Amino acid sequence: MITIKDKSNIREMIEQNQKSNLLRRKVERLIPIFLMLLASLSIITTIGIIWTLLSETVEFFKRVPLVDFYTGTVLKPLSQNPEFGVLPLLMGTVTSSLIAMIVAAPIGLMAAIYLSEYASPKVRKVVKPTLELLAGVPTIVYGFFAFTFVTPLLREFIPNLQATNILSPGIVMGIMIIPMIASLSEDAMSSVPRSMREGAYGLGATKLEVTRRVVIPAALSGIISSFVLGISRAIGETMIVTIASGSTKNFSFDITQSMQTMTAYIVEVTGGDAATGSTVYYSLYAVAMTLFVFTLLMNLLARFVSKKFREEY
Amino acid sequence: MNHLSQQQHMRWMKVRLFTNQLSKVIFMLSAFFGLFVLAVLLYRVVSEGIGSINFSFLTGKLSTQPERAGIMGAILGTLWLMLVVAPVTMFVGVGTAIYLEMYAKKGRLVSFIQTNISNLAGVPSIVYGILGLTVFVRTLNLGNVVLAGGLTMSLLILPIVIVASQEAIRSIPFHLSEASYGLGATKWQTIQRVILPSALPGILTGAILSLSRAIGETAPLVVIGIPALLIPFPGSIMDRFTVLPMQIYYWTLDASLVAEYANLAAATIIVLLVTLFILNSTAIIIRNKFGKVE
Repeated sequence: MITIKDKSNIREMIEQNQKSNLLRRKVERLIPIFLMLLASLSIITTIGIIWTLLSETVEFFKRVPLVDFYTGTVLKPLSQNPEFGVLPLLMGTVTSSLIAMIVAAPIGLMAAIYLSEYASPKVRKVVKPTLELLAGVPTIVYGFFAFTFVTPLLREFIPNLQATNILSPGIVMGIMIIPMIASLSEDAMSSVPRSMREGAYGLGATKLEVTRRVVIPAALSGIISSFVLGISRAIGETMIVTIASGSTKNFSFDITQSMQTMTAYIVEVTGGDAATGSTVYYSLYAVAMTLFVFTLLMNLLARFVSKKFREEY
Repeated sequence: MNHLSQQQHMRWMKVRLFTNQLSKVIFMLSAFFGLFVLAVLLYRVVSEGIGSINFSFLTGKLSTQPERAGIMGAILGTLWLMLVVAPVTMFVGVGTAIYLEMYAKKGRLVSFIQTNISNLAGVPSIVYGILGLTVFVRTLNLGNVVLAGGLTMSLLILPIVIVASQEAIRSIPFHLSEASYGLGATKWQTIQRVILPSALPGILTGAILSLSRAIGETAPLVVIGIPALLIPFPGSIMDRFTVLPMQIYYWTLDASLVAEYANLAAATIIVLLVTLFILNSTAIIIRNKFGKVE
């Protein structure tokens, strides 16, 4: 029962309620703005990366002409007459990524075929997560593995293999990429409708023929985009090549030799405490910019392929 | 008119069936190849490193003598690093996910942010290292301390945390928030008391998995310039530090000079892998135990 006496109390209550509502409304209005600021941090990060790389790269190209940088086959950053040609690094990056893909593309694809077409659900349930464990191993561990195990092993078969060479890290990078290609390709193949397979079986095709003529063509966009993403991953990989391929800036096709990749060069320069403002220091950013553009193009290409050429069923 | 010769047909059929069987075996071997390598890798690491793991290795300081070296500094450094990375990524990552899923109007801006996030996820980790070196270490003049390393790592794993949190929020059934609105709750109250608690297992799983990525990541820290020297144990976020992967890196490089360093590197790898294994198992347990929302 509310009596006359309580009236003032009620008025107080209403006022209080309005006040707290006001506060709540303010919070309701401020929260989205605050969250938007947090969300914009990802854009700021992108701007930060591009701005950092670009401004220092421009400074570098004031000292070393752009054409010389991209056509030079000699890289001697620390010699008396330094030369800055990026081609040896590009060669190292392309070679190691190619070796990685020669390992990862067929094995990853075949593993995907097995998981999607052949394996029983029980087997898939065990093999797939275990394969993903392989993707969770830190790259530094792969570097150790390449340097202390794969290289000595390969030397049994290739006697003139150097202690640091591009072959061994290339192979190990391939092993690292297998789970990624297997998992993405498997996703693409699993989404091919069952009716298409059944149609081919009805015509008397064997399982291999169904896979080769029906499933793979239908899932091709997903498979190719998984390959492209694999290449992008290999290009950006740092620790494996830094440890196992050494720092010789070789412009050659000899995979038994040490070759430096773009990523390994960045590690070498930053680890060597290059003085801020020196040309060597700026070359770091030019190489990083090249690396960034390379991987960005690959990632965009992968998304383009998987969107543009996806077959809709 | 050509008639099929039955004999020829039978022979051709045999070839088809044989290649079918053969390919099945090859596909299976490829699928198990990865597991085989994983087994070899683990065997190598354990057999090389297990002998060096003992109490004094785990609790000791770095030393120039391999037989006296310990990794307590690297363990503490990793912990300190996580003390920066975990709150920063959780706060920013979950905040971004809430904004994108709950507040932002679907349109150009959201799809731009979304594309941007997936592009950031593809940027090589070493590029983040250069960003950290330029912005945190040099421009903000923090030096190569825990805070600079932690912020760099946070930027690196932020895309993973955002995407995982978004998926967790998206998987909350509509009727839960509808019921909350029906009771007169405001949007923020609904997010705070209904959506976030139900999305928490998914968010935590993603956060733990991305933290384990940060624990194993080396390249950005190499670029920032973690010293190989003997440094005192870190005691705050403004101290210089080293982490487990960095120690593995330096010891692997030293292994070509002194063979015992390979054992130390392997022993550190064991510690690192055990840590990652525990973290990932926790994530899986959380996902399985609390993952189902009705």
